[in-house]
Amino acid sequence: MTDSVKFDNELPAKRESRVKRFFKVLALMRESPVGMIGLLIILFWVVMAILAPFLPLYDPNAIMAPFQKIGAHAPDGGTFWLGTDHKGRDILSRIIWGAQKVLVWATFATFVAYVVGMMMGVLAGYKGGWADEIVSFIANIFLSFPFIILCIIIVATLGASGWTVVVAVTFASAPQIMRIVRGLVLDLKTRDYIFAAQTRGETPWYIMLVELLPNARGPLIVDACLRLGYTVVAIATLGFLGLGLPPPDPDWGLMLKEAVPLGAFAGHTMYLPAAALASLILGFNLLADGLREISLRD
Amino acid sequence: MSSTTAITPVLECKNVNISYYTRSGEVPAVIDFNLTLMPGESIGIVGESGCGKSTVALAIMNYMGKNGRVKSGQILFNGRDLQKMGDEELRRIRGSQISMVYQEPMASLNPSMKIGEQLIEVPLYHENVSEAEAAQRAKDMLAAVRLPDPQRIMDSYPHQISGGQQQRVVIAMALLSKPALLLLDEPTTALDVTVEAGIVQLIKDISKQFGTSMIYISHNLGLILETCDRITVMYSGEAVETGSVQTVFNEMRHPYTRGLFASIPLPGSNKNSRPLVPIRGQLPLPQNRPQGCYFGPRCDFFQAGRCDSKTGVHMQLVPNEERHDVRCVRFAEIDWANHRPVGLSGEQAEIGKVVLEVNHMKKYYTLKDSSMMALIKGKKVQYVKANEDINLIAHEAETVAIVGESGCGKSTFAKVLMGLEEATSGEVKLNSVDISQLPVEQRKAQMVSLLQMVFQNPFDTLNPSHTVGSQIARVIKKFGIEQDPDKINQRVMELLDLVKLPRDFARRRPRQLSGGQKQRIGIARAFAGRPALVVADEPVSALDVSVQAAVTGLLTDIQRNLKTTLLFISHDLSVVRYVSDRIVVMYLGRIMEQGTTDEIFNPPYHPYTEALLSAIPIADTSVKKRHIVLEGELPSPVNPPSGCPFQTRCPRKVGALCETQMPPLQQTETGHAILCHIPLSELSKVEQVIQVDAA
Repeated sequence: MTDSVKFDNELPAKRESRVKRFFKVLALMRESPVGMIGLLIILFWVVMAILAPFLPLYDPNAIMAPFQKIGAHAPDGGTFWLGTDHKGRDILSRIIWGAQKVLVWATFATFVAYVVGMMMGVLAGYKGGWADEIVSFIANIFLSFPFIILCIIIVATLGASGWTVVVAVTFASAPQIMRIVRGLVLDLKTRDYIFAAQTRGETPWYIMLVELLPNARGPLIVDACLRLGYTVVAIATLGFLGLGLPPPDPDWGLMLKEAVPLGAFAGHTMYLPAAALASLILGFNLLADGLREISLRD
Repeated sequence: MSSTTAITPVLECKNVNISYYTRSGEVPAVIDFNLTLMPGESIGIVGESGCGKSTVALAIMNYMGKNGRVKSGQILFNGRDLQKMGDEELRRIRGSQISMVYQEPMASLNPSMKIGEQLIEVPLYHENVSEAEAAQRAKDMLAAVRLPDPQRIMDSYPHQISGGQQQRVVIAMALLSKPALLLLDEPTTALDVTVEAGIVQLIKDISKQFGTSMIYISHNLGLILETCDRITVMYSGEAVETGSVQTVFNEMRHPYTRGLFASIPLPGSNKNSRPLVPIRGQLPLPQNRPQGCYFGPRCDFFQAGRCDSKTGVHMQLVPNEERHDVRCVRFAEIDWANHRPVGLSGEQAEIGKVVLEVNHMKKYYTLKDSSMMALIKGKKVQYVKANEDINLIAHEAETVAIVGESGCGKSTFAKVLMGLEEATSGEVKLNSVDISQLPVEQRKAQMVSLLQMVFQNPFDTLNPSHTVGSQIARVIKKFGIEQDPDKINQRVMELLDLVKLPRDFARRRPRQLSGGQKQRIGIARAFAGRPALVVADEPVSALDVSVQAAVTGLLTDIQRNLKTTLLFISHDLSVVRYVSDRIVVMYLGRIMEQGTTDEIFNPPYHPYTEALLSAIPIADTSVKKRHIVLEGELPSPVNPPSGCPFQTRCPRKVGALCETQMPPLQQTETGHAILCHIPLSELSKVEQVIQVDAA
C-alpha cells in the first residue's frame, strides 16, 4: 500500500474531498430523522465526556459530608442539580464522568472485538476449507457460552478491571463479527478484481487486507454502531454485577447496583443513571437504523 | 396513417413522459414517447442501457414502483387509458390481457411450487374453468412452446429444469391467458446462443400462431430483425427513429441509428481493412442531457444553432414513406450515400514466433459422490472432465478465439493458463517453459507479468475501494517494472494515454467511471506488465454496443503496436469473426473444430459449429441464414454422453457409431481440424450457413 499512499499524496484535491465527503454524509443523515436524533444523542454524550474535566463539577468521588446519610439528597435545583447518592456524592458529576468512562471503554472494546472478528472472518471466508472449519468451530464454542458465565470465568481468571471488560466483550462479540465478515467475504472473493490480484501473484494477506476488507466496510459500519450499543449494555451489566470497572470511580452500572437497595426511598439515585444509560443505547440503535436506511436507499 | 385508423391499435402511447423522483430531484427517464401497436404486430424497442426502454415496458404494465410516475401523456390499451383504470381493473388486465416475460426466468417462477401448479393458477384465476381443464390447457401450452414431455415438466420444480426450459415455461405461462399484448424484456440475454436461437424461433412462431401483439425489448439489433415487424430506436429517453424493420435497417435516417449499425460487427467488417466505427463520447446522464438534440455532442452532423435549439427536436414523418419517423432536424439534408465513416484501420501485424503451446492438456475436477449407490458400487469419486485433450498454438501478435457455450470448459482453460488451477496432465508452454503444474504463487514475477487477463464484468474488474491510479501502480510495482514512485506515476500516465483516457482519471475511484471506461482501465492494468499473452474473457459482452466497438478497437490497436498475443474467450461469434485470426470451437471440454477464421466460417463445418453459426443474430437484411435449431439441452460435464460429446444434439448424427466411438480428428494440411465421424469430403459439400447477398 505504500505506493498507493504516495500516489495519493501527489494529488492536492485529496484532503479536501475527505472533508467534503464527511459533510456529504452529514447532509445525507438529515434525510433520516431517526438517524439524526440518534446522532444528536450520541454527540451530546461525547461532548459531555470530552468536556468533563473542564466543567465546574464536584469531584465525582468526593463525599459531601453534610449530605452523607442514608436516603441520599434529592435534586432541589440548588447546589446539587441532580442531588447526591447515598454516600453524598454529586450524581451529575458521577453521570458525566461515567459517560466518559463508558464511551472510552465501549469504543475500545468494540474496536478490539472488531480487529479480532475481522481477522477471523476474512481468514475463514477467503481461505475456506480447513481454516474455515477451525475458525468457525472456535467461534461456535464461544457463542455457545452464555455471556454472563463467560464474563464470570474471565473475571475470575483476570480480576476486575477495564481490560477484563475488553476481553469479555471481545470473546462475546468477535465470533458474531466473524460470521458477518465471513459471509461478506464469501461473496466478495468471487469478484474479478480478486482474480486479478491472484493472477498477478499477490499474497493471501495482501488480498485479504487490502483487496477484500475495505469493500466489506458498508454493512460493518452499521453493525459497529449497533454493537457499540450492545457493548454499553455489556459494560453496564458487568458493572451492575460488580464484575466491571472497579469502584470507586463512577460507572453507570455500578451506580445502578448501589442505588437498587435504596430504590424505594431515593428513586433518583436509580432513575438518573438508568436514564443516561438508556438514552446512550437508544442513540446508538437509532443511528444504526438511520445509517441502514440511508445505505439501502441509494 | 389514414389506412390504419379504422382498426383500434392494441396499444397506443401518446406523448408519454415518465419520470423518476429521487432525492436529487426529478429524473426524466422517458420523454415524448409515441408508439402505435396494431393487432398481430410486433415492435422491437432497441437501445443502450439507460435509454428508457425497460421503463416504457414497466409503464405499460403500470409497475413503476414508488418513485416512478407517468408524468403526462396517455397509454391506451385497446383504446382505453390505463392511467384512469382502478387497481382492481388493472389487476384483471395484467396477466390476462397483458403479459410480460423478463430476462431472468427464475425471477418469474416460484421456486417452492411445482411448475404445473403455477401454470394451472393462471386460467383458474382469470377464467372460470375447472381444475382439470386448466391442467389440460397448461399441458397443451407446454407442448406448444415445444417442451419435451410436458407431464414431466408439470411435475418438476423450477430448479430441476434448465435455463432455456425455464424461459419456455415463463413464455407458456404468459401465453396461457391468451393475452392481446405480450411484453418481452430481453428474454434471451441470460441464455446460451444455441438455446437463444430456439427461443427466438418460438417467439416468431407465437405471433403467427396466436396472433399476439408483441413488444420486444432488446439491445441486440439482430434479434429485433429476426423477430419483429417494426422497430423503435431509443436514445437517452427519447425514441429517435421508428419504422418498419426493413426501412430502418436499410434506409435509416437518424445519425444515431447509423452510428449503431456502423459499430456492430457485421459480415464483411474486418479489424484491419474495414474496422468498426465507434460512436464517440458516451451517453449523457439523465440529469445533464444537452439542450436540443440529446445526441448532438456525439453527432458528426451537429450544427450549432439548429441542433441545440431551446425548443428541442421533435419526431418528423419521413416524406413519401409510410410510418417512418425520425427525430433529427437535419435528416433530409444529410447525404448518406456519400458518407462513409472511417474507423481506425491498420496493417495486420506480422505473426511471429510461437508464444503459447498447449499439448494434450487435461483438467479433471474430482467430485466426492457420497450417495448410497456410490457406496454399493464402490465408486466414490467422480470426475468432471472440464478440459479433455486440449491442443492449441498461439503466435506472437495473433488473436486466437476460444468459442463455446457455458460449461464448455473455456473458463477452466483460462484458469489453468493463469495458474489458478493446475492441469491434471499435459503441457502448457509459455515461451517454451511448461507452466501447466506451476500455480501462480510459484511463478516468478517476470513469468506472471508475461501472462495477464482482461475480465468480463466491468463493474467487478476494479476494486471499488482504491483509486484507479493506485490499482495500475500496484501492478507496475508488483511486477518490478519500476520501483521509483515518480517513475511508477509516469508509467501510470503513459498507460492511461495508451487506453485513451484523460490523465486525471488516475485520481478517480471506479464508481465515477462508466462501464466502457472501467474496461479500458482493466485493459491498462493487463498491459501494465508488458505481457506477451493477454487472456481476454468476454471483454466486451457486458458493454453497450456503441462502447463495444471502441473497446475492441482499442484492444486490437494496442495488440498491433505491442505485438501481444491475444486469447479471446467469447460466446459471441460476430465479435469473434471480427477480431480473431484463428478460432477454436469447444463443446463439453473438448475442441470440436479449430482453424483460421475463414476456415471456421466456411464449409467444411463441424455440425456443432454449423449450429453455432446459424444461431448468431445478424443485423443485416442482406444476409441469408440457414436455420438450424438444436434439439435438447447441453449435457452436464459430470455425466457426458458416450462416444462423441455432441451426439445427443447433433442434427447430422450418423448412427450408433457416434454413440459408441470417439470421433477421429480429421486434419487438413493448413491445420484446419474437425473432430467428427463424417468424412471431410462430405462435410465440405454442406451449404454455407451465412450468405451475404451480392447486392
